[in-house]
Amino acid sequence: MQSARAFLFALGMCSLSGFGQTSPEFSSQVQPILKKRCEACHGPAQQLSGLRLDQRDAAMAGGYSGPVIVPGKSAESKIIQRVTGAPGVMVMPPSGPKLTAEEIATLKGWIDSGAKWNSRAPVGTQSQAKSRHSHWAFQPIVEPQPPSVSQSSWVRNPVDAFVLSKLEREKIAPAEEADKRTLLRRVSFDLIGLPPTPEEIRAFLNDKNPDAYERAVDRLLSSPHFGERMARPWLDRARYADSDGYEKDWVRPFAWRYRQWVIDAFNRDMPFDRFTIAQVAGDLIPDASATTLIATGFHRNTLTNREGGIDNKQFEFENAVDRTNTVAATWMGLTAGCAQCHDHKYDPFSQKDYYQLFAFFENLEEKDIDAPLPGELGPYLKTRDEYRAKRQALLVEYKVPEMQPEWERQMLEASANPGKRTDWDLAWDCLLKLTEFGDGEKIMRIPLNQRSERERDILTDHFVRNYHFAVGQKVYKEAKFDQLDKKLRELRQTYPQLTRAMTVGDPEQAQPSFLRVRGDYRTNGIPVARNTPSVLPELKAQSKGANRLDLAKWLVSEENPLTARVTVNWIWQEFFGRGLVKTSDDFGTRGDKPSHPELLDWLSYRFVHDGWSVKQLVRTMVTSATYRQSSKIRPELQSKDPDNALLARQSRLRLPAELIRDAALHAGGLLTLEVGGPSVKPPQPSGVASLAYGSKGDDSWVESKGSDRYRRGLYIHFQRATPYPLLMNFDAPKSVVAQCRRERSNTALQALNLMNDPVFVEAATALAYRSILETNDPAARVNAMFEHAIGRSSTPVETKRFLQSIDRLRSTYEADAESARQMAPAELPGIPRADAAAWVNAATVLLNLDEFITRE
Amino acid sequence: MMSPNDYQGIRSRRQFFRNCAGGIGTIALAQLLGLEGRAAEPQGPLAPKAPHFKPRAKNVIFLFMEGAPSQMDLFDPKPELKRWHGKPLPESRTKDLKLAFIKPTASVLGSTFEFQKRGQCGMELSELLPHLGTCADDICLVRSMHSEAFNHHPGQLFLFTGHMVAGRPTMGAWVTYGLGSESQNLPGFVVLSSGVGTSAGSDNFTSGFLPSTYAGTPFRSQGDPILYLSNPKGVSKDVQRMRLDLIREMNQDHQAATGDMEIASRIHSYELGYRLQAAGPELLDFSKESPATLEAYGVNQEATKAFGTNCLLARRMVERGVRFVMLMHASWDHHSGIVSGLKKTTGATDQPSAALLKDLKQRGMLEDTIVVWGGEFGRTPMSEMRRPDDPNSIGRDHHPNGFSMWMAGGGIKGGQVIGETDDLGLEITKDRVHVHDLQATLLHCLGLDHKRLTYRHLGRDFRLTDVGGEVVTKLLV
Repeated sequence: MQSARAFLFALGMCSLSGFGQTSPEFSSQVQPILKKRCEACHGPAQQLSGLRLDQRDAAMAGGYSGPVIVPGKSAESKIIQRVTGAPGVMVMPPSGPKLTAEEIATLKGWIDSGAKWNSRAPVGTQSQAKSRHSHWAFQPIVEPQPPSVSQSSWVRNPVDAFVLSKLEREKIAPAEEADKRTLLRRVSFDLIGLPPTPEEIRAFLNDKNPDAYERAVDRLLSSPHFGERMARPWLDRARYADSDGYEKDWVRPFAWRYRQWVIDAFNRDMPFDRFTIAQVAGDLIPDASATTLIATGFHRNTLTNREGGIDNKQFEFENAVDRTNTVAATWMGLTAGCAQCHDHKYDPFSQKDYYQLFAFFENLEEKDIDAPLPGELGPYLKTRDEYRAKRQALLVEYKVPEMQPEWERQMLEASANPGKRTDWDLAWDCLLKLTEFGDGEKIMRIPLNQRSERERDILTDHFVRNYHFAVGQKVYKEAKFDQLDKKLRELRQTYPQLTRAMTVGDPEQAQPSFLRVRGDYRTNGIPVARNTPSVLPELKAQSKGANRLDLAKWLVSEENPLTARVTVNWIWQEFFGRGLVKTSDDFGTRGDKPSHPELLDWLSYRFVHDGWSVKQLVRTMVTSATYRQSSKIRPELQSKDPDNALLARQSRLRLPAELIRDAALHAGGLLTLEVGGPSVKPPQPSGVASLAYGSKGDDSWVESKGSDRYRRGLYIHFQRATPYPLLMNFDAPKSVVAQCRRERSNTALQALNLMNDPVFVEAATALAYRSILETNDPAARVNAMFEHAIGRSSTPVETKRFLQSIDRLRSTYEADAESARQMAPAELPGIPRADAAAWVNAATVLLNLDEFITRE
Repeated sequence: MMSPNDYQGIRSRRQFFRNCAGGIGTIALAQLLGLEGRAAEPQGPLAPKAPHFKPRAKNVIFLFMEGAPSQMDLFDPKPELKRWHGKPLPESRTKDLKLAFIKPTASVLGSTFEFQKRGQCGMELSELLPHLGTCADDICLVRSMHSEAFNHHPGQLFLFTGHMVAGRPTMGAWVTYGLGSESQNLPGFVVLSSGVGTSAGSDNFTSGFLPSTYAGTPFRSQGDPILYLSNPKGVSKDVQRMRLDLIREMNQDHQAATGDMEIASRIHSYELGYRLQAAGPELLDFSKESPATLEAYGVNQEATKAFGTNCLLARRMVERGVRFVMLMHASWDHHSGIVSGLKKTTGATDQPSAALLKDLKQRGMLEDTIVVWGGEFGRTPMSEMRRPDDPNSIGRDHHPNGFSMWMAGGGIKGGQVIGETDDLGLEITKDRVHVHDLQATLLHCLGLDHKRLTYRHLGRDFRLTDVGGEVVTKLLV
């Protein structure tokens, strides 16, 4: 074959030269152009876009977009299009002078005469060899020995040896241990997200046992609030939200099932490898259950666009991109997104690597399943037949069984003849975008008698709600489908239903995946097979090709060093304010190097070998002497270690948004401590919800009743288009892409939020009232407020200062009865309104202190 | 290692202290540089920062006409469409169109509105824009805008973040990140809205992955203009001052005890909040505006009240140093009922927009302020017919190619038209201006190089113009 082709090429050349045209000679004319102008990017050193032009076979095979040299056809050869320039493509070479007309003519002539390579040119093949990369994060984890230190008495566990060893080298002594109150408050916020109660503080202060602190830690680790606390940073990565995100921003009533799963997993100390596998591929594991399916809700937190007229394929592609980037950031600390459009500029991560990873997530099917909560199934089954009968009767009454088949027929006809009937075109588009809990088109194409009950319901509900797009409001109203829709909804609400969950699954038929040239979903490049990044250890898969489960197992395999390092790092970040790798979202070559590489590896090694126990890992961190240090700023270290990278003290950290609200409600004794369940809507100022198109104004935000108003911030309904203001003011993520670190800003809007938001006013009122009720002695009352709010007694100076302010406030209110009544709405026996109003203001002051919103 | 993103903040603090009396500045600077994270800076992250080069403008007022205004009914006359009215276009002309709802075979809709030459420059504008016509010599009309998106949410993201997928910072956030704000008492980036909600909601003014400090602050038309601006009932100004004093004393003590300069920044934020409480109502108080001004903006007429009030507020904000004011008016999404719909939306916006331009000009503020008017894309020359049984329901679909926007003020050359579209308004035939080009040009007017205004996120240096954008020098003076 090879020789036959060579013969033909030779023949071609002979005949051309017979006409007196000399085709360019490869080694003297063509190769120098390639060498000089192309090979810096497409040669032995690097093969950008997968293209290598210094070896025959590689060059002829082409790059990510396919062959670039078509022998005999220069006009069809991409290499020529690229050097001459065409609309919408980058002209090559991208820097330096363009190719001269003469050079282009030479390349064209060479291609037109068969693109013959000189026999001396290297044949080679595209370089695919796995090169071990020297970057630290990709190296295997070996267990480092804790170093020996001089001040060994300070060391409580190996963490401290690593930290102290570095400090001793820098001739810095560690900070003193924080006082017991501070320590308990710190570790309580860090492990359960709540401050200790006065009783817990007292018990801890009175506990003189040497292991009092360790036992407090164990108490907190076994609290059900531990799961809530650890879930939050995980949900930031999982870009968890309760709505679609785009345009109509529909509510996702069952998104919370995934959040619940995360909380439960942390509470049960589910080993992190299982935690990983369930979320990445819980649908594919041999013992898949409703629980592991719910875990795949991780992949369902992507945004959904139901805007009319969009190309669903574009957003399916964007979702797969988001899933790829999220998995890469969350488990591997890799900034993979860069390689969506081109080879990564800094990290050894090619565009082909990207689409090999992407292929695991392309064509994922979104499946909403029944996932009954405990106790739901019995009542449901008992009343199911009655419900079905009543539903059917309603449908018959409104002639749905007669009308729907005709609607379906016309819909399918419209989809086959676009442009013929514009109203039905619109109706068809609505079927593609607005079908709730399923794929309307897919169902419509299943013959009626083969549809499941669920599928029938989904399509009928869509028909009843959206028939007007096809036939107009007049006909719709005559059919009274608006009434019917209302009745069907009411009927559903009167009968027990099963709670659902959002999950994913693989399509029945595996689809081929392609690299997308320039990251454009419409432009397929070379086909790609599912695989992990080539710079990392190989994926061991079954012979039929890797699936998501193989990827999940690979993520937590002993060979892959990234998952353990990245996980240890973010958990460290939670307790010390910054990661051992400061750029916790970038473990690539442009990220920061670890401040304590051996410590990171020691923790990572132990994490893996202690069975991936998060609780064990956390315990190691927070029982270290390093963690227990005082957070006071050390002026002498400010210039040397401005970022506290050396860990010669703890860090003062402003609380995250949710915990600020929790702490305020807790100080007032209002906080509801119930764990889990659906999201809640605490009071929100009128108008906030109406900024977005999809909103029905304030009707979109129906305030929760009773104790649900005081649920923890973790459970606040997250409406992506119009998020709850407090969350945005205090740097909670927008839940669009994975977020690995939160900012801690300081703004005027935060000040206004804490002073004037009715939630905080109510908390302050409650704090004042409970303190008033506890004692009549003014000084003791000030002290009680301090204890409730910031977990310590007031100093004599502070007590005096507060009492003076309260006196002044009281006289102001005595002169203004109306204001006093507004400030102190509830009458307390024996307490004048003006007095109560003064105390409410004092309580407000406490809830606004830097000390209140800071974990010291 | 200092993160590249710390640079902006450090630079401004350094400048601030350089301006202070010598020695103290140096010591304080050393101390500031030595703090953890984004260190305390009594000036705040919104302190004014020097641009990359000499700016032509200091502020931006972006009149965002949400939903995609119809260019061939407003800005770009196409008499040829009347000849085609009611007929489909030849396939050769429509084969490359990206359409949202209609099909390429849809019949043409010739505009029912007349165009006239306006101003010295003779700019052709629709009868729907009589007031803007009186400003023709001050505005630069671009008839050759194009976007990559043809649906609202992606289109709005593209216009304001340079990217169709959610998550990146918006133009106003980039500008306040790059330049800070001149205002001591008001936020640097303010958002005002009228009409209905927008498709992209808060995505139109989000800070994306930039710190939330740079997000747009919505000024509300009901309740508090800024959320939580008013004291709770029962808290007078005096009581508020007492509370603030006590908070400050306590925070100062705590700063002394912990040595944390970050607390200074917290103290400062309360003072800023207090000033904002005074500045907000003062801003909203139109009592010192002349009746002629109120009349010009249409503040007291039902049709123009909402948008007119916002336009007047925009001028007052810029006067008070707000860097970026964004007005959102929704919706121009005239898929159906376009004739009556356009009359209504132009009736609400034309007079106030023109009043704003004239007012700024008369006060000498237009030199420092860029005013931009436009939507996320344009509309099709072909009609959309959602209800074939109702002729009045006719409208136009989305068209990302060859839509119109106008700009005026700081650095923009008025009285000119940039770009042309073909006889049917399908394709651009001259001077294409991509949305990224518009973004690059706006930043350029503000003294910012769009390629240098970057922020590192997930390992990559992002910018407003993504990987594109060229400054359109024809637009500039």
